[in-house]
Amino acid sequence: MAVKEKEKEQKQPLPPLGTWFPAVALSWLIPGGGHFLLKRPGRGILLLLAVTSMFVCGLAMRGYMFQPQSGDLLTTLINTGGFIGDLCGGVLYLLTVAFGYSQVDEAGHVHDYGTKFLVTAGLLNLLAMVDAFEIASGRKD
Amino acid sequence: MKMNLTHFEAAMLFALFASVVLGVVTRNTDKERLQYGIYTFACFILALFVIGWLMRLGHG
Repeated sequence: MAVKEKEKEQKQPLPPLGTWFPAVALSWLIPGGGHFLLKRPGRGILLLLAVTSMFVCGLAMRGYMFQPQSGDLLTTLINTGGFIGDLCGGVLYLLTVAFGYSQVDEAGHVHDYGTKFLVTAGLLNLLAMVDAFEIASGRKD
Repeated sequence: MKMNLTHFEAAMLFALFASVVLGVVTRNTDKERLQYGIYTFACFILALFVIGWLMRLGHG
């Protein structure tokens, strides 16, 4: 019974683009923005504060912004993955690039934490985007 | 502006922000979200101490 329900859940068709795309796109651009659009302001504020604070802390620790690089598998994986993580920061990433933030990848635990903070802020925003998608498509309250 | 944090301070900040987001996006009611946020924060801190001590003991 539980297996059948699980299969049914997995086979749910993708809802029409118009129902979820604006919320997901706004969620990417402004952390928590999708939740505001979907009338969940409390959760939106928490996401906005947490993701933005993490990103700003990453910048204040002079974290390194990844650029896609090719080479051996590990280099490609780390740099491309890191770049995607940074990019998920939305407007925070775009503003940072627009204002010409540049930091070389150097040794030191503070820089290293900064780099991780920048990537993780983007990945947490990705989780917020998934949450906005689930709310907009009616899969979650 | 430049932040100069210790390992511990940076890891605490990381745990705090990550726990807030994980709590908000994971559960269905506000009570469950709060409980899950506190739970994940506690797990981060526990892991921080356990791995920290393991590294210290391993390093000698």
